[in-house]
Amino acid sequence: MPEQTYLEAIRGGLHEEMSHDPSVYLFGEDVALGGPFGVTAGLAEAFGKNRVVNTPISEGTVMGLAIGAATAGLRPVVEIMFIDFITLAMDQLVNHAAKLHYMSGGQLKIPLTVRVQCGISGTMGAHHSQSLESWLAHVPGLKVVMASNPADAKGLLKAAIRDDNPVVFIEHRGLYWTRGQVPEGEYLVPIGKAVVAREGEDLTIVATAKMLAATLEAAEELSSNGISVEVIDPRTLSPLDVETIVSSVKKTSRLIIVHEAVEKDGIGAEIATQVQQEAFYYLDSPIARVAAPFAPVPASPALEKCFVPGKTEIIRAVRRALNR
Amino acid sequence: MLPKLPRETLLDLCRRMFVIRHFEESLVPLHDKGVFGGHYHLYIGQEATGVPALSCLGGDDYLFTTHRNHGHLLARGADPKKLCAEILGRVDGYNKGKGGSFHTVVPSLGFLHTSAVVAGIIPLATGTAYAAKALKNGRITVCLFGDGALEEGAAPEALNLASLWKLPVLFLCENNGKYGAGRATSAAQSSTMAAFPLTDLPKAYKVPAQQIDGLDSGTVHATISQAVEKIRRGEGPQFVEAQTVRWPGSETNWPSVAQRTDSSLAWDVSGVPEKVREWYRSCDPLLIFIRELVDAKQATKEEIADIERKVKAEIADAVEFAVASPYPKPEEAAKEYFA
Repeated sequence: MPEQTYLEAIRGGLHEEMSHDPSVYLFGEDVALGGPFGVTAGLAEAFGKNRVVNTPISEGTVMGLAIGAATAGLRPVVEIMFIDFITLAMDQLVNHAAKLHYMSGGQLKIPLTVRVQCGISGTMGAHHSQSLESWLAHVPGLKVVMASNPADAKGLLKAAIRDDNPVVFIEHRGLYWTRGQVPEGEYLVPIGKAVVAREGEDLTIVATAKMLAATLEAAEELSSNGISVEVIDPRTLSPLDVETIVSSVKKTSRLIIVHEAVEKDGIGAEIATQVQQEAFYYLDSPIARVAAPFAPVPASPALEKCFVPGKTEIIRAVRRALNR
Repeated sequence: MLPKLPRETLLDLCRRMFVIRHFEESLVPLHDKGVFGGHYHLYIGQEATGVPALSCLGGDDYLFTTHRNHGHLLARGADPKKLCAEILGRVDGYNKGKGGSFHTVVPSLGFLHTSAVVAGIIPLATGTAYAAKALKNGRITVCLFGDGALEEGAAPEALNLASLWKLPVLFLCENNGKYGAGRATSAAQSSTMAAFPLTDLPKAYKVPAQQIDGLDSGTVHATISQAVEKIRRGEGPQFVEAQTVRWPGSETNWPSVAQRTDSSLAWDVSGVPEKVREWYRSCDPLLIFIRELVDAKQATKEEIADIERKVKAEIADAVEFAVASPYPKPEEAAKEYFA
């Protein structure tokens, strides 16, 4: 299997879907120029500026335009440059994209993909670093996916574009230049399916996006100390594959959830609740979370470094749960 | 002035205006008796805008509307039975009761959304227009909204997009604000909007814009049919502000009917309560239209009364159908949120 960066894998997924289906259109600020990180570089040259469309800085209206176009025969992909700016598009996303199928009594479909990148990377401060996935996962009618590696990024994006529902595809900027093996040829990663990224016996960790790599590092270090950690990447946050998590917890009896979003009201709270409902009598320790503090993301590199959870915090939480 | 249309077409427009008027008036007692709840908004007083305007469209065109949607749907030929059932939250409604008055969607008539976020549909309408242009299917989009929608940022953003990309979309702003609540003057100026006239807004984005009398069916028909023609020729978006005089029944928080409409009021308003008499005498677009029909010898008073009688029976049937329709089963509530 060839190696690719996360960013190249996303671009490859877009390229394949635009080749495969002429109704796939890209809309976003500077997308015809490649976007701020080059994810869409070359697509305008390949498919024309009618299908790779630079838009004004009107996030909410561009989102609405894409939703309207999705009801009228296109399969749009909208890029919101930073997830922080999705706040401007929440009316369209929450009140229209998410509800049109339901409110029409099942008559309308909204085959819309929203590509957006999130996360802390490069001291960009509080308007360019947030993780807002739990806001989106809270809304009935939206699917929310987060890829932790290049192969999943490509397969999930292709599945999102082919889905007849609005799917928010959240990329992590800090992963764009990380490399991984990407299968050759056509493949899709199913939406709504978690994956066991590492098998283990003593404790389960569920980790999203960039936190997966930190968790796998922690698991590796712990294994040399005789602690066996199972690591699950949920990949889709809504609808959540709770079965895969529950069956792991039934085996290990312990659960920690790791995410980069602030801990309070984060996706970890939802996962913890669902697991304790299904596997309460299997648990040998309280479910714990490792996540960002309840504060805006600071700009200073010194503050940013201690804001993001990492291997050290994960190992500390594991030892506390196991009392070892 | 009457639209320049054959007599049969004029009588059809007349029938549609009656359908709207009697449908809307029938909802008020249903709401007062608690047959349905929630806020609802009536199209009374705007019939001479919606009915001739929508008659200018093709069967495949797209439409978007806001909370004052019943009249638009009926003008386009929606079944009063299924619309009433939807408003009452019944299973036989257009959307199985899941949309209600605020969100009725009828894709078979081109209505892809009714949004209760007043400017929410304006971006959506640019989206269907974009798709139609991209797919070269010749469809145009009509976006119907009130003057208040222009106060939300989505409106100017969408005007910019539509103009920038020459999208095939008609923005039809129905300003029912003459003498309305919160108005600074009788000239339909809003006390919450600095732009005046409202057409200054689209003009800033180079969208051709006109202000017309929405009570005048002939002007509405001529203006909209010309705008539609320009859009079909590829000239890009058009904006029309149609001004109407607010129906006195919508002055309160909840609509109230001081006077049930009857075509005889076109010639004699002496029995109308004094407080609302002036509106029925000079501002009611339906009564203006039927007076013009008779004056132009396009119909007799008896013919008009006959049309009205049939419409009243049709609306009574629709109400009976809707009230008899069952509510959806409770388990439907958490179904169909994903396609």
